[in-house]
Amino acid sequence: MQEFKVLGTGCANCRNTIALIEAVAKEKGIAIRLEKVEDLPAIMGYGVMSTPGVVIDGTVVHAGGVPTRSKVESWF
Amino acid sequence: MTVAPLEIPDRQKLWPWLLGIALASIAWVAVYSQLSAGAEWLVAGFGLSRQTPFGEAVHFFFYDTPKVLLLLTGIVFVMGIIQTFFSPAHTRTLLSGKRQGVGNVLAAALGIVTPFCSCSAVPLFIGFLSAGVPLGVTFSFLISAPMVNEVALVLLFGMFGWQVAVLYLGMGLLIAIFAGLVIGKLNMERFLEDWVQKILAGQTAHPADEKISWSERFQAGGRHVREIVGKVWPYILLGIALGAGIHGYVPEDFMASFMGRDVWWAVPAAVVLGVPMYTNAAGIIPIVEALIGKGAALGTVLAFMMSVIALSAPEMIILRKALKPTLIATFAGVVAVGIMLVGYVFNLVL
Repeated sequence: MQEFKVLGTGCANCRNTIALIEAVAKEKGIAIRLEKVEDLPAIMGYGVMSTPGVVIDGTVVHAGGVPTRSKVESWF
Repeated sequence: MTVAPLEIPDRQKLWPWLLGIALASIAWVAVYSQLSAGAEWLVAGFGLSRQTPFGEAVHFFFYDTPKVLLLLTGIVFVMGIIQTFFSPAHTRTLLSGKRQGVGNVLAAALGIVTPFCSCSAVPLFIGFLSAGVPLGVTFSFLISAPMVNEVALVLLFGMFGWQVAVLYLGMGLLIAIFAGLVIGKLNMERFLEDWVQKILAGQTAHPADEKISWSERFQAGGRHVREIVGKVWPYILLGIALGAGIHGYVPEDFMASFMGRDVWWAVPAAVVLGVPMYTNAAGIIPIVEALIGKGAALGTVLAFMMSVIALSAPEMIILRKALKPTLIATFAGVVAVGIMLVGYVFNLVL
């Protein structure tokens, strides 16, 4: 199972990113683990500079702004 | 949902955009050139006269609202496209290892075009430092990015003309450069929170750079319009409505007595008053215009505006997570001094 982490301090874009990933996963019928990381030192630990960032299985795949739908789809 | 075929060549996707942009531009120019006539027509249509305070207020509202919204939509779209050329990671690479001075100027300039949201101010701050961008240079960026933004510039241009917009741009950059230089000279690295200092010794991630096509850049422009204009239009309407009220009902020169250029304490008072207020440029500039029309001095009012945007209490609370109070106080103090200087200079020159 893929493990997603959305890095962000709770702004609207972070919530939109989570909703988008959930929606795409559901559409594709793929079960994922989705976790929200709000702790700043933890976020910075990934080296992400602009939030929201997305981490899949420990690798940063996206940073800065809500990802496009096609980009999210390419992650599955 | 049907999935669009992914293999449409980019060239084909580009045509609808180019055509749409061309048509929108023509419509834009056509509407913009008829704004004054349109407002007159509406005022007359309501059976009002511009000689009455209410008629004058209505005219102000129906002239300024479409004008500001049109300008804003156009510029924000263009900025959204420009920003696709400047990611924070790219800006960081440009700035890392730059010396004081050159670095501060570059950082302030990049602050205008790099996408920035105050909710990611802290990650950005630490990301810059960890890549070897000096503290003072990082501050130049952090001050310029929110203060010199396209919304403020568009509104100033729309309401006061290009001279004031250019002056604001120049002064905003100067404050960012000056404050960054001062903070850099003070060697305040030890006033970062301990967890930040620990991270600075650690690693940085580099998400692979992606190729962006032109149709994606246009999409980004459209998204930027939805995001920015979608967020600020209620403030603009409210601001213009308030401004219209002031325009129609407050007596001429009412403001001159306590916001005029002869009142020496007005500039510092405006800066202090601006700190606890947190709004975007959009809500405040229409009010600013109306105040100036009633005799308030431009420098005083601009100092107030800069203070509201650049020295907001909520942003300082966010930064407090990474900076110790001494550094926050220095940052606020230096920027406040810079804004006051700008206020006095504007009052003297204009």
